[in-house]
Parts: sequence; C-alpha cells; structure tokens
Amino acid sequence: MSKITSLADLKKLREEVQSKIKLRENSQNPDQMIQVKVGMATCGIASGARETMKFFVEELELQAIDALVTQTGCMGYCYAEPTVEVILPNKAPVVFGFVNKTKAAEIIDVYIKKGQLIDGIIPVTFKTIDE
Amino acid sequence: MTDYRMHLLICGGTGCKASESSEIKNQLDQYLSEYDLDQEVQVLLTGCFGFCEKGPIVKVLPDNTFYTEVKPSDAKDIVMEHIIKGRPVKRLLYKNPKNDYEVTTATNIDFYKKQIRIALRNCGFINPENIDEYIGRDGYAALGKCLTEMTPEEVIKEIKDSGLRGRGGGGFPTGLKWEITRNVQNDQKYVVCNADEGDPGAFMDRSILEGDPHTVIEAMIICGYCIGADTGLVYIRAEYPLAIERLKIAIGQAEEYGLLGNDILGTGFSFKIELRYGAGAFVCGEETALIHSMEGLRGEPTVKPPFPSVSGYNGKPTNVNNVETFANIPVIINKGANWFNKIGTEKSKGTKVFALAGKINNVGLIEVPMGTTLREVIYDIGGGIKDGKQFKSVQTGGPSGGCLTKKFLDTPIDYDNLVEAGSMMGSGGMIVMDEDDCMVSIARFYLEFTLEESCGKCNPCRIGNKRLHEILTRITEGNGTPEDIDRLRVLSEVIKDTSLCGLGQSSPNPVLSTLNNFMDEYLAHVNEGKCPAGQCKALVRYEINPELCTGCTLCFRNCPVGAITGERRVAHFIDQSLCIKCGVCFEKCKFNAISLT
Repeated sequence: MSKITSLADLKKLREEVQSKIKLRENSQNPDQMIQVKVGMATCGIASGARETMKFFVEELELQAIDALVTQTGCMGYCYAEPTVEVILPNKAPVVFGFVNKTKAAEIIDVYIKKGQLIDGIIPVTFKTIDE
Repeated sequence: MTDYRMHLLICGGTGCKASESSEIKNQLDQYLSEYDLDQEVQVLLTGCFGFCEKGPIVKVLPDNTFYTEVKPSDAKDIVMEHIIKGRPVKRLLYKNPKNDYEVTTATNIDFYKKQIRIALRNCGFINPENIDEYIGRDGYAALGKCLTEMTPEEVIKEIKDSGLRGRGGGGFPTGLKWEITRNVQNDQKYVVCNADEGDPGAFMDRSILEGDPHTVIEAMIICGYCIGADTGLVYIRAEYPLAIERLKIAIGQAEEYGLLGNDILGTGFSFKIELRYGAGAFVCGEETALIHSMEGLRGEPTVKPPFPSVSGYNGKPTNVNNVETFANIPVIINKGANWFNKIGTEKSKGTKVFALAGKINNVGLIEVPMGTTLREVIYDIGGGIKDGKQFKSVQTGGPSGGCLTKKFLDTPIDYDNLVEAGSMMGSGGMIVMDEDDCMVSIARFYLEFTLEESCGKCNPCRIGNKRLHEILTRITEGNGTPEDIDRLRVLSEVIKDTSLCGLGQSSPNPVLSTLNNFMDEYLAHVNEGKCPAGQCKALVRYEINPELCTGCTLCFRNCPVGAITGERRVAHFIDQSLCIKCGVCFEKCKFNAISLT
C-alpha cells in the first residue's frame, strides 16, 4: 500500500475501489436498476447459459452500464434456452429466448441502451401470484 | 481484472462467529474453488446484520437473498443450488411468522422495514478488515472535507446544528462538548472513545467496532482536529477480543495509508490513536472513572466539575465520546447537518441503535429514527412477545433504566420522553418482559447487578443499594411488610439525590419505576403473601385438586425430591414441607389438576 498524501489521492483511490462494492450498493435498490436474469437450470446451463451470463457481466462492465446480472431458475421455456429476462426500471420484464453471445450483444445495444424491442421475445402467457 | 459477479456476505460478529460463521466461509470457499467459481464469486465476513435471533446470516448479492440459521454443512447446497443453478435454497430462507411464507429478499423482512441505518450503515455491508471497502463507501471523505475545506469552528458548528446528542446515555449535545473542550487553552489535549459498553445485553458499540472500525477512527481524527488534540485513546473492555483485533487491524491500515500519523493528507495535521484496555467494570463507563482507569488508578468516579473537558486524562482537557456517537459524525459531515436534523424528534435528532433482548421474538440489533414508538420496536421490528404471551413491561437503558408498562407503548422514543416516563435512554439496551415475570424479582435482579458493580466510594451507593437489595429480598421471600414499601421509596430517593456518579444516581430506577407502575405486585407480596407471576418460590404453593387428579402417577414419578405421594388411580398429595417449588409437577400434569396458589 502506498501512502495517501492528499485529498486528490484519496478521491482517486475511492474511485478505484468503489467498483469492488458497487454490486453491493446496487443491490440495495434493485427496482432502480437494469436487471438481467439468466435462466440457469440444468437445461439452460447445457445450452450455454454460463457463457451468456459471463458475456453479460463482462460486456456491461466494459461499457460501464450499471446493471444487476443475476441467475434464476428454470423459466419453463426449455425449447428456447438459454433464456434471459431483462427488466428495465419501471418497465415490464421482457424474456428473450435463444440468447447466445451475438443475441446478448444485440440485447445490450438495442434493448438495454436504446429501449427498442428486438426479435426473439417470448410473449408472457401466464399470470403470477402477485397479479 | 473482472469484478466478482456475486458477493456472499457472512456475518462475522461475535454472536455469529460463535455459531461457526468462519467455518461456513471456509466451506463456501472450498466448494466454490471445487467448481471453479472462486474467480466469479466473492465470500467475505462482514459485521453484524443485527438479526441475531436468526444467525448465522448469509446474504447473497446481487439478488439480495437472505439466508438464516446457516450451518457449515449448508455451504454445499448454497453453492450447488443457488450459485450454480440460480435456485434459492428454500429451507434456509426466513419464514414470515405471520403466514409461514418464505421471504426471499432482505428488504421484505419486517425486521428491517422500519430501520434507518446511520451508525450501522456499514455493518453487514463491508469487510471490516479491509480499509479499501470503507473508502469505497465514502470512508475518510468526511475527514478530507474537514481538513481541507472547513475550519474547526465550522465543523463544530455543523455538529451543533445537526443536534447530535451523546449516545452513551447522558444525551449531552456533542457539538457543545467539542466546543467547550476546544475553548480550553492547553498545550496537550486528548480525544477519548468510550468503548466500555457495560450494560448487560447491550452490544451496539461492540457491533460497530467489529463491523465498521474505521468510522470510529475517522470520527476521532475529526474530533482531534476540532478540539486541537493530537492523540486519541480508545478505552475498550478486554472482554471484546474481536472488536480489539479488528480495531487494531484498522488502525494499522489507516497508519499505512497515512490517514493516521504525521501530516495527514498533506495538511500538516497529525493524529495518532492508541488503545487502553478496561477490565470490564460497569462504573468505568462513567467518564471520570474511565479516565482514572486509563491513568492506571482505581476505576472510581470523582466529583464534576472539573469536567474532563477542562481537566481529564493526566489533568489535560479531554473530550470523551461514545462509540455510537462517533459513528454518526462522518455521515453528518458528508450529508450535512440539515440532512441529519430532519430525522428524529424536536430535541432528539437522528437515529438510535437498540439491542433487543428478553422475551421477544426477534432478538437483535436495530437502528431506528428517534421518535419511533416502543410498540413499533417491540411488535413490528421485534416480532412481538415470545410464545404468544402477554406483554408486561419493557426496560430501557440497561440495569439502571426503568420498567415501562403498556400505557407507554405509544410513547415516541427520545431522550426526554423516556426520562419523563421514569426511565432513560442509556446506551440503548431494551429488555422485554412478559406476564411470567415478577416485577419485584426483576427490580431485585437489577439491583444485584448495580450492587456488585458499585465501586464503593460513596456511601449512598455502597450502603444504600445494599439495604435496598435486602428489603427487596425480604419481600420476595415473603417476609416483607407494608412499611418496607415506604422504606424502599424513601431510600431510593435519597440514593438518587446524593450519590456521586451516574451509577448511584440511576441505580434505584428499576425500584422506583416498578413501585410506580406495578404497586399491585408489591402489595400482593407483602399483604397477601402472593406472587402474582408465580416467580417468587417462597410465596407459591403447588396443590393437587383431588377431583381432577386421575392418579396417573406422572407427577409422582417426576418429582425430584419425592414430595408427592399417592397410589395409582387415587388422588395424589404434595407434602409442602418437602416441596422445593420447582414446578415440574405443574408442567407435567396432563389434567390441569395441579394449581399454583
């Protein structure tokens, strides 16, 4: 560790270390965040959900987009694995099917960044117990 | 370097460590590396989450899943199910006692809903042994702001405007204390942190030191800058080994970064912090006794004035503040006095940490805004009384606080309201009692504590408390007279008025408040020879109702002293001369044939 000899040093260090705990701060108010949930049941993992998830984590970080990437259980769309649910703040969740890296890149560029819908959305055909 | 995509936070407070939380961490680490996930998932020990009733706690972020009562053997399931497959481990989730539904995220647990965490902001959030995490949470930013942008007078004004009052018990305005110490001229001054948390059942200071030691260090440096001191001393009891260890690590890290030592942040201001250990005497929480103990003398209080602000450690001006008070300082500087003084009541600003204990469902550490009612704390956060029993009383302020009844449940908690109700804030202990507690015995129990902890220097406390204790013992043993009740009151008032320090002045509080609120119980003891709660053994009699007794012999077989006689299928009988009133027969009887009179 090198000494912090000025306020500027302290601020610099703070910016460096903030990313390490950003995930924790963000998870305090998930509703305000972009949430990406990757279906990671056995079928999802077998179809490559791990790679998809890793791609999301790395790409969002690279582009400096604050988002919570989490995994979730089987969504039931086994024919369309890997499936990814994206929730933009104050918007209804959208589920995408067959999300490989190319598709994931498209989701980030078009839906997450611009808010425009793209092909591959699985329509919601069920009701949750909250409704 | 890729950042971790998932963080597993495990409570590393003393309570959860005792329940093997370190082993949980080892197991998690092991399974994570087995599945090649150790570069993706970070596991760390944090400070106390507060929900000690359900510890050890493991929190999974970013999904904010809250696992309770986790055992080391659960680590495999957490990794296999939650981390690999994304399915929360249902059996470890908190169940809402009202409807038995599992609650997945921490934000949906009733225990946390009404809390605002200022002093505990980093407890259960950062790794207390890593200064970088504290800095990432705006740590030492307040110090930087004070040293480079503000004069000591401006900082003191900010603290005064915030309305912060001492959290150790007295409730003295913190900014004013700093100003007084600043205005005394001397070549050497000291900042002292009072970490001698002596109230049985209170552990807020310990939790702050264990979970967020840097906040105390930062605040002490700020205080030193304000009053003109270059040395800080933390007086901490040796019974807090984990807090001491974490504090030492924190001081070491701050020194390495140059945040403690000479020429801090290139401003020319220098400050160092040393530890002083206490042997765990209740009276050493009183500031003059604390200072004597630090000087190597007997831990006895002396008459104030002179106040420590004028003549304290080694006769030099000394500013003594409690751990929780210090923990509020960096937030006030960062967010401003006007942010802080909007929280709370008119005369008590900010939040207060309470340690919930006794007959309550959610034992733990909570932080609520001043002005929250006792009902909200006990029923909404605390989850109500254990086993569905009736609430009888709550004692605030530790052993020298008073016992408040149902009629105070809707009183907003602040310094002045509690004093008016006949109790006090103290350091924030809160012990809940139910219908099974005898208030005379409770008063006697607390007095036993203050009696033992009295330093013996002044007569009212040393002798008076002894007499009070004798009278109370007499009453609980069935030998009390109506005159004893008058004696209790007169003696209590005398002790209160004439004792030297806070210990003696407050020690009769449990007696006076129970006399005021539960006179009927005292009268039942002395006039009718009865203990309404059935706790005073000398006053209860167990009797068998021959009409209800079926002669099953269950009580006969369970009586440890052979006081019960009787044949099969014939009503049994208790020999009162042999009975030790243990109550086993009463609990065992399936026919309600045994009554308590």
